[in-house]
Amino acid sequence: MKKARIGNQTNWTVVILLILGLSTVVFPLYMAVVIAFKQPSEMTNSISGILSLPASFSLSNFSQAMEVTDFWRSLTNSILITVVTVVLSVLIHSLMGYAIGRNRAHSKFYKFVYLFIVSGMFVPFAILMMPLAKQTAEMELANWAGVIILYVVFYMPMNVLLYSGYLVNIPIALEEAAEVDGATTWSTYWKIIFPIMKPMHATVAIITALAVWNDVMTPLIIMAGTGQNTLPLAQLNFQTQFGTNYNLAFASYLLALIPILIFYVICQKQILNGVVNGAVK
Amino acid sequence: MKNDKKRTYLLITIPILALFVCFNTIPLIRGVIYSFTNFRGFGSYDWVGLRNYIDLFGDSRVGGSYLFTFKLAICATVLTNVISLILALGLNGKIRAKSFFRAAYFLPNVLGALVVGYIFQYLFTYIIPALGEMIGSPTLSQSMLSNENLAWFAIVIVCCWQAVAMNTIIYISGLQTVPEDVYEAGDLDGATGWKRFRHLTFPLIIPFFTINMVLCVKNFLMVFDQIMAMTKGGPAQSTESISYLIYNNGMSGGQFGFQSANAVIFFIVIVVLSGAQMTISSRKEEQL
Repeated sequence: MKKARIGNQTNWTVVILLILGLSTVVFPLYMAVVIAFKQPSEMTNSISGILSLPASFSLSNFSQAMEVTDFWRSLTNSILITVVTVVLSVLIHSLMGYAIGRNRAHSKFYKFVYLFIVSGMFVPFAILMMPLAKQTAEMELANWAGVIILYVVFYMPMNVLLYSGYLVNIPIALEEAAEVDGATTWSTYWKIIFPIMKPMHATVAIITALAVWNDVMTPLIIMAGTGQNTLPLAQLNFQTQFGTNYNLAFASYLLALIPILIFYVICQKQILNGVVNGAVK
Repeated sequence: MKNDKKRTYLLITIPILALFVCFNTIPLIRGVIYSFTNFRGFGSYDWVGLRNYIDLFGDSRVGGSYLFTFKLAICATVLTNVISLILALGLNGKIRAKSFFRAAYFLPNVLGALVVGYIFQYLFTYIIPALGEMIGSPTLSQSMLSNENLAWFAIVIVCCWQAVAMNTIIYISGLQTVPEDVYEAGDLDGATGWKRFRHLTFPLIIPFFTINMVLCVKNFLMVFDQIMAMTKGGPAQSTESISYLIYNNGMSGGQFGFQSANAVIFFIVIVVLSGAQMTISSRKEEQL
């Protein structure tokens, strides 16, 4: 009984520990911000010299970093690749999930297709990367279009698993009613099932978008030699040009982090829900 | 009517399946085929049978990369799960500003691993040694990343920093499925603190523990971005992960065929491990 009364109060010890623990998250980011705003001359070799606030918050490092890394072009590439991949994933994977989800129980063929696609989750990128580099070059897909196609294929196992699992909860009576009214399977899907799966679209869109936005390996292998970069790839490719100018490098890193930070601040609730849904289902 | 339905399903399935086969199954098969050749990535090549596989087991660099990757995966998995369980218990407790804390602790997960790696590289190269000098520790006053014996642990820290965010959120959603009356009943029996966690909370969130283990092991075994950003496999190849070795020597080191064999073995390892993990954990869940 005593416990129940205490239960309603805030546990301040935990709150204080959580605030202290948060410093491990904040500290590296704080360091990145102060270094990005400083001039090389302000960086002495002591910790206080590195971590103190900059003398003035000048944006010159940032504008220089934008020039060096061709920021706007990399940003455009990243946004283009992410948006197209997400749209295609939602359309294609939901359709595949639908075909499988509605037939898996009574058809051996669809059961096989399901297991075949889902087992793709266990294929590490390491074994695909060398053959894919060759194959995309042969097919003249060693560019951003190839990267998008590969993403649609890589995230298919996970997303098909999510969609076909979600379909189990949607009563088949809905479709049957529409079909009695003379609608085709195709139009029933787009008019009835696709809109109902909206919560799953959100989950799939968020997981796919985060994974694609931050991925380095695929564009590194496929787009090497095209002179095009995605935002993370630009950091890798311009590493030598930063040299020992860490201020410039950190300004560039921050520029690469800002878009996803903005996205996170705006949609944090949806992102948290989406990520949990994706992992738990 | 029935036929129209069947046709529609097939018209959906076949093109998508073809796309999947073309960019997943075929490259996989080609990878296996290359593993039996001495292909260098260009030019002509010959069949060498199983020679790549035999050489693989005698290659100390490959052996070293497996050792490092497993050491990293095991340590990082244990560390991540311990920290995130504690964190999840705290975040699920009676605290103020719950959603703020949750969102803040999740932040590392949305940031790209490569850029995070670069930030930590600076931290390990300049900040930690300076701190080490202040406390007078000779080991810490050098950069961890240039120390053959410590560099792997720096990678563990970075991997955990990001992975804890994800695991914590999953544990929190697990803790929320534990009904309040379980605790009330436990209170009557005098279950508090560790006992309560060990016998009440933990058994109820085992499915979430399983998810986290599978996620962690799989992601850590495939570690690449952090290595690329922080050490490039150095010093003295002490932090060369399997993926990094395959990328580095296979794509530009002229070992296309040999590293394909390595990738095939790596693929088998992943499949066996994931399979074993799932069987073990599903058996544990049944026992409860």
